[in-house]
Amino acid sequence: MLNAYATNTLRYDQSLCIGCGVCVDVCPHAAFEMNGRLAYLVNAQNCMECGACQLNCPVDAIRVQSGVGCAAALTRAALLGQKEASCN
Amino acid sequence: MTIAIGNMPPEIMPTTSALTFSNTWDHILARWAINRMGHRVEPGLYSLGNPTPDSPVFVTANYSLSFDALRSTLRGINSYILVLDTQGVNVWCAAGKGTFGTDELVKRIEMTHLHEVVNHRLLILPQLGAPGVAAHEVKQRTHFKVEYGPVRAEDLPEYLKTREATPEMRRVRFALKDRLVLIPVEFVAVLIPLLILIVLGAKGPVAAILAGTVLFPILLPWLPTHNFSTKGFILGGVVALPFAIIAFLKNPESALWLRSAWALVYALLIPPITAYLALNFTGTTTFTSRTGVKAEMFAYMPAMAWMFGIGLLLNIVLIFVH
Repeated sequence: MLNAYATNTLRYDQSLCIGCGVCVDVCPHAAFEMNGRLAYLVNAQNCMECGACQLNCPVDAIRVQSGVGCAAALTRAALLGQKEASCN
Repeated sequence: MTIAIGNMPPEIMPTTSALTFSNTWDHILARWAINRMGHRVEPGLYSLGNPTPDSPVFVTANYSLSFDALRSTLRGINSYILVLDTQGVNVWCAAGKGTFGTDELVKRIEMTHLHEVVNHRLLILPQLGAPGVAAHEVKQRTHFKVEYGPVRAEDLPEYLKTREATPEMRRVRFALKDRLVLIPVEFVAVLIPLLILIVLGAKGPVAAILAGTVLFPILLPWLPTHNFSTKGFILGGVVALPFAIIAFLKNPESALWLRSAWALVYALLIPPITAYLALNFTGTTTFTSRTGVKAEMFAYMPAMAWMFGIGLLLNIVLIFVH
């Protein structure tokens, strides 16, 4: 495996986009860009699955399985049988 | 005569932009993970300078580092600061947990009677609060419009001039200075095993841990390969090399197989320790996805466990052979 971070769970349905631009504002890794009256997913591989775009998109055009990208938290969740990994 | 009114808003707490010595000391303790969950400010509404009903409202977490970063950057700007109860956790992590979230924001607006304090209906939130706050839902429930400001509080004065965040202000960074301030927390987390290993005189594992917690955060962008585990294996391999060479050359009168075996112990023990700590650093970074981290864990953790296990077994066998 050359790059574990090459793919992720971010999915965008541009046909639903109303051009509000909130996804461009909230993404900390510039995954989206406005072009004309629509948002374009231009850097999908930058996504860290924080979930900000999904939560703020008013028309549910964005889907992402958000969660912590932390090996320590995921290990602890696996060992303790927790469903959702978190920081403490 | 005083009339008791059940629904009186709580008092607006005054604050300033000045950081005192005790604030700075609190920041130092927080950076060293001392009383880690105790660096809190009282949630609620604060006034900075002499705000009027037209002054802007900024929202932050009740982690003292977050609150202090905000108020110190707003020097000379009369404003209100609405502090959410995130249980002493910073904005981004609290947003991930949902404590810096829509429900808490709506609740705090109601509790502080913000509608009566200001004339406008606009809140400026830090961009990194967005994983927890649905702006359109806040608008629906409170009529307050959420405006996402820049990632970093330090960019606020510039942002307030134009009300437009540049692409640079919207990007989260992880520069050398951002990584350096995290080293003490990484170091404190391994302090007890580290002290035990020092007492046992296990120089190799001590070096492996220091490499994983101190060197790795510094060298992160320059270590080859994409995955944290492989970066860690490479760094651990470099650290193991001098130990293996010294073990091989130390006792020239010993049998060749014995010297080789001791060298092999270091080569097997050090890299997986550093790789494991490197993999755990993913949670501290600003860019790793859960999908990627999971893929890494499945791909490399078995190799880490096997290398470490075989190295430890060989070490024990060699001690008995001696």
